[in-house]
Amino acid sequence: MSEKSQATAPGGFEPKITALVCNWCTYAGADLAGTSRMEYRPNVRIVKLPCTGRIDPLFIIKAFEKGADGVLVSGCHPGDCHYTAGNYHSRRRWVGFKGLMEFTGIDMRRLHFSWISASEAIKWVDLINNVTDEVKALGPFTDYQQINE
Amino acid sequence: MEEQLRKEARRLLTEGEVAVVIGYGWNSRKTRVTPVFITNPDDADKLVFNALCVNNLSIYLTRKYKDIKALGKPAIVAKGCDIKNIVICVSEGQVARDNVYIIGMSCTGVVYKQELWQGELTDNIMPTKCHNCEVRNPHVTDIVIGDKVDFTPPEEPTGMVFDKIREFDRKTPKERWDFWIDHFNRCIKCYACRQACSLCYCERCITDKNQPQWIETSAHERGNLAWNLIRAQHLTGRCTECGECERACPANIPLNLVNSKQALIVKESFGYKSGFDMEEHPPMIVYKPEDKDDFIK
Ligand code: SF4
Ligand code: SF4
Ligand code: SF4
Ligand code: FES
Repeated sequence: MSEKSQATAPGGFEPKITALVCNWCTYAGADLAGTSRMEYRPNVRIVKLPCTGRIDPLFIIKAFEKGADGVLVSGCHPGDCHYTAGNYHSRRRWVGFKGLMEFTGIDMRRLHFSWISASEAIKWVDLINNVTDEVKALGPFTDYQQINE
Repeated sequence: MEEQLRKEARRLLTEGEVAVVIGYGWNSRKTRVTPVFITNPDDADKLVFNALCVNNLSIYLTRKYKDIKALGKPAIVAKGCDIKNIVICVSEGQVARDNVYIIGMSCTGVVYKQELWQGELTDNIMPTKCHNCEVRNPHVTDIVIGDKVDFTPPEEPTGMVFDKIREFDRKTPKERWDFWIDHFNRCIKCYACRQACSLCYCERCITDKNQPQWIETSAHERGNLAWNLIRAQHLTGRCTECGECERACPANIPLNLVNSKQALIVKESFGYKSGFDMEEHPPMIVYKPEDKDDFIK
């Protein structure tokens, strides 16, 4: 089913959220949410990466290109990175990239950043629910999808 | 000033201190200036310096120009703003400071594009960078040519680029998006912006990598947007706002706008201004534990 038919499917628009997460903290947190059988919006597609330091801004662009309506980038809290400083470096990168995306006119309600540890399953669940609802209210990212045609 | 420049070039070449002097010379009709590479002291008289010397010659110090590197140690005629790029190249290990002789030129401004020149340098044909210039007296040099220039840049940056940025900050995301898509649509993926930039020195640019292909190579809106975003991102915290990319762009895409916006962000977030300190690492390769993260949930 393509994004378009999904957008008009009965029951209304269900956004696609891409989550780019670090293996050691956020992925483990999401895993904990799963094993604890917590329920949350099924709109998120998780891409597991070794560390936030591995998350190239190109991944965010690619996610939007491939039809994501919202993107979440998440990793270990400052000080907890398993490669010591990956998240410190990526934080700087995000400052630049977020500003760039904002300047280009991407609605910042479609791009989120967070720190979620392996034990923060509840934070993960809340965040996914909130982001999904927010993006759902915004509607499909037609601006980006239009340039895809 | 030109006499002083030629004399120094002649001396450098005669004494063998450098193998080539990279500078500006007239074209055959004396209407524009073009880069010249002087290896023979007798040719030193070809060097000129005037308000048409807008090109940033630092590009010729990078590994993009292996044939020039092969000549031996260069001297380069550089305005303060060009020196900023050299400073970044040194701090990023691309050029050894000892391996280049910097002939710093006192400068009172240049024209934004040589086409605009009608014989007189007026404010309205100067690029934004000249209106805010802190380096009219060049800051990292082996010799300074010309008299000291008395100029204090305004506290708040002025000029077309910054006016536009302020206007932009008031626009809605949708208006900004439409503006940029409209501009990026015209991109023809010629990569002149990259070729003109002395800080775009990667042996293989991300856009030329095709396994996997991250950025589509056809001049399609989608790939154009990706290219322009990534170009700006890779220059964030490094770009000196020299303006060469915009000047080179055949599609007249306002790249200075996005470059200067990124420079403002970097200055505000990390207190960093690029091109002043050779010892300082560019902000994107270092970090501080206390960096701002109020936008991270
Ligand atoms: S920015 Fe400064 S150094 Fe560069 S051309 Fe303008 S006035 Fe001269
Ligand atoms: S203004 Fe353009 S050419 Fe100059 S340093 Fe910045 S990106 Fe490179
Ligand atoms: S110089 Fe202009 S047209 Fe050419 S690739 Fe760069 S932005 Fe596109
Ligand atoms: S390992 Fe999680 S951010 Fe580096």
